[in-house]
Amino acid sequence: MSQFAINFIFVMGSFALYLAIAIWSRARSTREFYIAGGEVNPVVNGAATAADWLSAASFISVAGLISVGYVNSSFIMGWTGGYVLLATLLAPYLRRFGTYTVPDFVGKRYVSKSARVVAVLCLIVISLTYVIGQMTGAGVAFARFLEVSVETGLIISAAVVFVYAVLGGMKGVTYTQVAQYVVLILAFTIPAIYLSLMMTGHFLPQTGLFGKHAASGMPLLQKLDQVVRDLGFQDYTADVDNKWNMFLFTLTLMVGTAGLPHIIIRFFTVPNIRQARWSAGWALLFIATFYTTVPALAAMSRLNLLETVYPGGVEEPLVYEERPEWFKNWEVTGLLKFEDKNGDGRIQFYNAGNETFASTTAAERGWAGNELTVNNDILVLALPEIANMPPWLIGLMAAGGIAAALSTASGLLLAISSAISHDLLKNTLLPNLSDKQEMLYARISMTGAIIVATWLGLNPPGFAAQTVALAFGMAAATLFPCIVQGIFNKRMNSKGAIAGMIAGAIVTIGYIFTYLGFFFIPGTALFPNTPEHWILGISPLSVGVIGAIANFIVGTIVSLSTTAPTREIQQMVARVRYPTAKPAAVN
Amino acid sequence: MANELTGSVAPNDKTAQAPLIEVSERDLKYWRFNLRLIVITLTIWAIVSYGCGLLLRPLLMGIKVGGADLGFWFAQQGSVLTFVALVFFYSWRMNKLDEEFGMEE
Repeated sequence: MSQFAINFIFVMGSFALYLAIAIWSRARSTREFYIAGGEVNPVVNGAATAADWLSAASFISVAGLISVGYVNSSFIMGWTGGYVLLATLLAPYLRRFGTYTVPDFVGKRYVSKSARVVAVLCLIVISLTYVIGQMTGAGVAFARFLEVSVETGLIISAAVVFVYAVLGGMKGVTYTQVAQYVVLILAFTIPAIYLSLMMTGHFLPQTGLFGKHAASGMPLLQKLDQVVRDLGFQDYTADVDNKWNMFLFTLTLMVGTAGLPHIIIRFFTVPNIRQARWSAGWALLFIATFYTTVPALAAMSRLNLLETVYPGGVEEPLVYEERPEWFKNWEVTGLLKFEDKNGDGRIQFYNAGNETFASTTAAERGWAGNELTVNNDILVLALPEIANMPPWLIGLMAAGGIAAALSTASGLLLAISSAISHDLLKNTLLPNLSDKQEMLYARISMTGAIIVATWLGLNPPGFAAQTVALAFGMAAATLFPCIVQGIFNKRMNSKGAIAGMIAGAIVTIGYIFTYLGFFFIPGTALFPNTPEHWILGISPLSVGVIGAIANFIVGTIVSLSTTAPTREIQQMVARVRYPTAKPAAVN
Repeated sequence: MANELTGSVAPNDKTAQAPLIEVSERDLKYWRFNLRLIVITLTIWAIVSYGCGLLLRPLLMGIKVGGADLGFWFAQQGSVLTFVALVFFYSWRMNKLDEEFGMEE
């Protein structure tokens, strides 16, 4: 059977599973549509949260990012550490408060339609920018594994999401996400185990990373440091100079993670606060399984690639005609590109940007420039072939990459559509909707969100690559402080909350647009996006946490200079903190 | 208590007026414990990631961990493992506290 047929069977098999779940988990009430009836088991919710979190980009591209070296550890810590904030500062209280959506909490806590609408706007900016990348990611995953165009892949993905999300709402999304987590984690960890066994002899990639490189007997990371140094790259484990920006970037990722609405709403689906707490632990455990495998895969794949190009050590590059089969396969896709600059028929792959190295060592060896362009996605995509894995495993990886894209897209679409139907329609514009009518509107909103997201995925605005930074920055600067203040600051009122969110959004968006262009339009940036032009050395990607600080300060000042929240509101906050507080004797 | 919680409530609308709730010393003690637990959890969270994995890494360079140093280990693995332990610890302790204080819903 051809590899295509195997991939096709795996992907279609996984789709059949999702559709079966969709039919089984139809939503019958708004409660089921928005929060899966509030009856989801904490372990199940943990797996669903992990699938919600791990996107097509995590599956395909993060290992490549991490393989740059120590400096990109920010992604590992940032995309896991946010769950500690979520578990201690947000999730349990929001569950106890008992709302359907994030703007629903804002609207009820601050008793303000304006605050609710501002929160809806922030949510839409965050989730819609985030979903564009997921839709294109689904298309790319399809195109890679199933030999269809990116557009066709995107439309098929949208159709599958349409069936289970419109039918089942949160209930359908939750149970398909669990299946998707299982598929994606197996598809990611099994090849990593293969590679780890091959490179280090360790079954667990996590211990293999700090183990010995089987071929040389040296510690793996030391070997990798040595090889990359000999090619003019920076040491893999080298420390970085600009710790300040790395610090802010990591913090922005963490705070942003904790403020992402599609993640927060997952914690509304468990039965009570106890389960919400446990569920955060399970979610992080499932996510950590992935994010401790990634750095191992990154280091091993990079070393493996370099060993392929330099089979006899760095002085003896591979003869192009003798390149392995997988190398040829990926040249076809353009992810690997060879250009013989010095005409010796060998592949020289090194850091030509390192001038000292290029003018000394490389020149002495007769190298005339880097000859191999590597797209970092190859570290994951070519893995099955590099490690000689059986064809069924490649099929599983195809299903895994697509599962990662679909699960995140559906979570985001649900966050958007429920904010529209529940917050904008039911609680603002059309308060007289019956439960049945609201459900219909929820389904229409979901359909609309899918159509908009598909359209954006097919016609990605030029700034698509920048939007995830915007989503994290905005989540950190608007919703996170607003929710945390709502729980931990009794004195916080609606005016403060609104002013805070607006201030956070202005600081974050303003700073990003200053360096990346007004609405990311090329040529409209006020300053070049280079460290010497950044204010206090803060990169536009790290500004979210500064926006969050602006939100806290402005919110607190505005709140303190306007009237205190009503007694009802303060009692509501008290009940979120200590639910058993008894009504006082009537005096 | 009542003074602290005064607000603008329509005086003639008795049904809209929520009954005053009494926050006991015990409730405050429960909340203070929670806040202290959060501070402890987030302190460890910050130490392992921003401390050991980032800012303090130069100080930990001397301690070797499998081909790299302790700071590298914290940045790529140690902090994540600690986060998992922290969230489970916080959940376990708070759920136990809820039982001790009868705060279960």
